[in-house]
Amino acid sequence: MTVAAVAGREVHVDEEGFLTQYDEWDEELAKTLAANIGIELTEAHMKAVRFLRADFKQTGETPTLRRCTNVGGFPTKDLFQLFPAKPAKKMAYVAGLPKPVGCV
Amino acid sequence: MKRLLILGAGTAGTMVANKLRRRLDRSEWAITIVDQDNVHHYQPGYLLMPFGVYKPDQIVKPRTQFIPKGVDLQIGAIDRVVPAENKVLLAGGAELPYDQLVIATGTTPRPQQTPGVVGREWRKSVHEFYTYEGSQALGEALKTWQGGRLVVHITEMPVKCPVAAIEFTFLAESFFRKRGLRDKVQITYVTPLDGAFTKPTCSRELGGMLDARGIHLETDFAVERVDDEARTLISYDERVIPFDLLVTVPVNMGADYVGRSGLGDDLNYVPVDKHTFLARAWPNIFAVGDAGDIPTSKAGSTAHFSVDVFADNFVHYVRGEPMPKSFDGHANCFIESGDGKALLLDFNYDVEPLPGTFPLPYAGPFSLLREKRLNHFGKLMFKWVYWHLLLPGRPLPLPAAMSMSGKTRPGSALAKRAHAAGPGPQNEKSH
Repeated sequence: MTVAAVAGREVHVDEEGFLTQYDEWDEELAKTLAANIGIELTEAHMKAVRFLRADFKQTGETPTLRRCTNVGGFPTKDLFQLFPAKPAKKMAYVAGLPKPVGCV
Repeated sequence: MKRLLILGAGTAGTMVANKLRRRLDRSEWAITIVDQDNVHHYQPGYLLMPFGVYKPDQIVKPRTQFIPKGVDLQIGAIDRVVPAENKVLLAGGAELPYDQLVIATGTTPRPQQTPGVVGREWRKSVHEFYTYEGSQALGEALKTWQGGRLVVHITEMPVKCPVAAIEFTFLAESFFRKRGLRDKVQITYVTPLDGAFTKPTCSRELGGMLDARGIHLETDFAVERVDDEARTLISYDERVIPFDLLVTVPVNMGADYVGRSGLGDDLNYVPVDKHTFLARAWPNIFAVGDAGDIPTSKAGSTAHFSVDVFADNFVHYVRGEPMPKSFDGHANCFIESGDGKALLLDFNYDVEPLPGTFPLPYAGPFSLLREKRLNHFGKLMFKWVYWHLLLPGRPLPLPAAMSMSGKTRPGSALAKRAHAAGPGPQNEKSH
């Protein structure tokens, strides 16, 4: 684990840049994280990000794309438009959560 | 008399019944196992059946043949578990009370989850090989197929035996080559992962093998639907892959009763402690084999290693003692690569598949992560091992915990020598 400066403050991140401390995140930081991966954050993005944060708090795990659709009610297609190509990974990154558990 | 109830008489459930019947006192514990039918399928056979390696009757036997004396096998569909009342309801109204419950009802393919898969082209140009019927139908289709675009596709992870799709791809390539059809067949391997496999060293090796065989790899493909009129596979980000023959690995889900009972996650897998398989929500429910949510391969080898740990722990647990063993996520699998050769992988939660020898350092006899004829024979021999040693719960000379001896870490001197020739494309990203 290392410390990186994001948006002018120091946060803990893993080797791929995912935040490792739940409480170091806020919505200001999300804007910078999103910009890092070429996304301009809108309210539509934030709705999904807020669901991820709330769900993680409840379950202790980053929700899968399936869970975002089933439980959060976000159509998968919309998530692919908002977070192109790798929505699960990108949403987790912007939400300051661990990368979704790799499948084996 | 205390009651142990096992749901599912497949690979994991049958092993649990055999191992625990030997270990639990008959005057103290009654054991009941439930399944919906009396047919045990050798599921690894589904992969080879389409290529004529096995005939259908070689891969099915009655479940009763593997259930020991002193275990009551009940045939019936499970309606639901009522965990608050320690009982299971069967369809038709029968009630089975329990003191300890073991959920071992595995996972099944759900082709209906993807629009267009079970449509007019189902079992014609759209196939799967994860069921007995599907594997047979695909075998029939391959016999007469004259070539075109073959697309092999994984819908969503996790799936049972995650390497089966790439094995099928290698076997098909070899099959068409032998039949003189290879120049008439374009093969595309489509995966939701960002490489040929999940773990970096293995993903690189398998990616190189696809490349060497002229097989196109399409990554990060999350399928939205199949257009069975245009015969195309369409992703959420609107990529379109045309096919003449589609072999898809559907979404896999745990048993529906798990969901109905409020015991499952979004895919009906029971959330469990990944080292002991104890359900996180209930102190007298375990989920073993593919039925739980442990983050390792859903595969018979995982079931085998995990049931070894589970059985040792269970006898202590029911006496109120701490569980002495901890499962490390150990899995291994032979990967058929065509032309009578196979690779072997051995890994766990923390160590990705590495090159080396197995099970003994240097002596092997099997080679890890390298294509060898002997690995292929290992795979064929395994059918005998499965029926005669594994299901009856007899000891196999393989420890439940993974061993690092005989393995070579990337970057070490040995690894550099072994890979001097270097495999093809790079894919360092992990999923």
